[in-house]
Amino acid sequence: MTEPVLTVENVTMRFGGIVANQNVNFKVDKGAITALIGPNGAGKTTLFNCITGFYRASEGRIVLSTAEGPRDIGALLSRPIVGGSHLVTRAGIARTFQNIRLFREMTVVENLLVAQHLDTEANLLSGVFKSAVFRRAEAEAVERAFYWLGQMNLVDDANRLAGELPYGRQRRLEIARAMCTSPRLICLDEPAAGLNPAETIELSEVIQRLRADHDLTVMVIEHDMHLVMSISDHVVVFDHGVVIADGTPKEVANDPAVVAAYLGVEEKEVAE
Amino acid sequence: MDNAKIPAKLLKEAVFTFVLSLIVFGPISGLVLTGFTVENKLARPLIIASVVTIGRVLFTLFLETSLGRRLIARMAGTAGSGVTVESGNERFPYAAVAIAFAVGLAFPLMADEYWLGVAILALIYVLLGLGLNIVVGLAGLLDLGFVAFYAVGAYLLALGAQYLGLGFWGALALAPLIAAFCGMVLAFPVLRMHGDYLAIVTLGFGEIIRLVLNNWLDFTGGPNGAAVPAPTFLGLEFTRTARQGGTPFHEFFGISYSADYKFWFIYLVLFLVVAAVIYVVNRLKSMPIGRLWEALREDEIACRSLGVNHVATKLSAFMLGASTGGVAGVFFAVHQGFVNPTSFTFFESALILAIVVLGGLGSTLGVVMAALVLTILPEVLRDFAEYRVLVFGILMVVMMVWRPRGLVRIKRPAFFPSSAPAAVPALAAAEAAQ
Repeated sequence: MTEPVLTVENVTMRFGGIVANQNVNFKVDKGAITALIGPNGAGKTTLFNCITGFYRASEGRIVLSTAEGPRDIGALLSRPIVGGSHLVTRAGIARTFQNIRLFREMTVVENLLVAQHLDTEANLLSGVFKSAVFRRAEAEAVERAFYWLGQMNLVDDANRLAGELPYGRQRRLEIARAMCTSPRLICLDEPAAGLNPAETIELSEVIQRLRADHDLTVMVIEHDMHLVMSISDHVVVFDHGVVIADGTPKEVANDPAVVAAYLGVEEKEVAE
Repeated sequence: MDNAKIPAKLLKEAVFTFVLSLIVFGPISGLVLTGFTVENKLARPLIIASVVTIGRVLFTLFLETSLGRRLIARMAGTAGSGVTVESGNERFPYAAVAIAFAVGLAFPLMADEYWLGVAILALIYVLLGLGLNIVVGLAGLLDLGFVAFYAVGAYLLALGAQYLGLGFWGALALAPLIAAFCGMVLAFPVLRMHGDYLAIVTLGFGEIIRLVLNNWLDFTGGPNGAAVPAPTFLGLEFTRTARQGGTPFHEFFGISYSADYKFWFIYLVLFLVVAAVIYVVNRLKSMPIGRLWEALREDEIACRSLGVNHVATKLSAFMLGASTGGVAGVFFAVHQGFVNPTSFTFFESALILAIVVLGGLGSTLGVVMAALVLTILPEVLRDFAEYRVLVFGILMVVMMVWRPRGLVRIKRPAFFPSSAPAAVPALAAAEAAQ
């Protein structure tokens, strides 16, 4: 558990004059569940966007260690012509979104098939003439999609439109879709937002099972402190774009800076 | 609605309709200008208004019957998402497709010259619709300049024949490549744009091509256009006497000459090309590339998060759509025997877009039907003479109100695993507890 999968070094993200993240440093250990917490507007999602390649960090380095050696996320993004955020996913980082982004008018299975496009992308002619290679690749993709539907308990909804599913299932489908890209690191942006307590418990089981069974490292942004404290191995606390605490859940919970900056503000609000 | 309220509702509607139609029809039918005086003919608007009111009351009464209610329910149902998932038990309609194919092939035997011309035009629009459907319907990129690729195909044959001695078959083979190249050139600057901006840039591109064709007198012939050579079949010409030596088609087969043979030939080649394109487009939809296009239409950001190269995906949609448009252009040129820039105005782009939208974005069958309806309907409506375009417009408005998602509902394929995957027990228990 000592080898870091992701190293964030001195990352600063500016939007014009606004500094969203300043000099952020932390490591994500392999096989661990790392939680990013902090008040709204603390810069958690901005950092997520930097890690998953949606933003290019203004300064600093984000390095993912892969089977083929370390990969600098910033370098993937700035590659001429072919560069872009899709390379980050191909390097092994998958993500979900705070406001669910499914392909709503496609079926649940099709959502998962889209995610496997790298494995099924046979050439055009073999697809047009339904060659044996093409059919085998398609069949395997469907099998893999159903495997993940089984893992997420969504098999009964396989042939429904993704947009028709209840909210909790849409959340699980989004995780299943991210898993279909065979990631090393999955970044979940507020996966428990809008879930009821039973669904939250289910979600924590899902996350822990993913980590245990699939050799996966998990990063999660979450406001549900009960969930964060129960599942995470490592917690990084943000406030105003800087890391104010970094350690095990217990260490962080007792950190005076966290209590002051995070919980203290809320108490003051109550007092007003 | 409960039955007691119907008379009150009817009365209200009747009065409202009567007053409204009096206001509308009063001035135009009640006051007649004779010489320099205005004559009052107030009885006429009263009669018209009464007829309209009676019609409205009958319509309302009809909607209250069980048949009417069912109709409303059906309309409301289709107005919803408009997308359904197949059950997995659907069979491919081999018989229907075979019959349609046979009828299509045999059509020249039944039709006269006029209707054959209409059919060729209709099939050209089917091709255009299928091409634009890839760009707009599947990939969700609003393209208002699609006619540019149509022009590229048509002028490729006309100018290729003039300068390079290119024939019909050569142009047919080259057109997809050249048009795809133009599609790529257009796509590069617009890849970062969405929605409205994309529409405006493509609109500009369509106009640029037309203006170049119009103003480059030395090369394209400008507004005077360019002649297009007649097609040949294995080197046989369709003229009465061979112009370039050799034997004409009818002499070779020992049959009497008819000017129709050329159109038969164009129709048959076009029909086979359309059939092939329909097949390919249908395959594309169930291939990874087709799913990527549709995913890109649904949510570009989610696509990027799944490692989809959105630039390459958009580019492929533009190029494949453009190449289909280019092929359509070649057929248009060879059918007309002459091309000039007035055939490639914005109105054509709008018509092709109307075909795609009316057919149902993304539906192949819908696009084919809409293309046939939109090209054949104006011919049928010739009886209405000058009201033709008005009736055409009204029909389009009515279509969009009743079937906002297009003629044909989109169906998504169903998938089944080879064996039932084992559900995870812990999760199943948690779900049951809810």
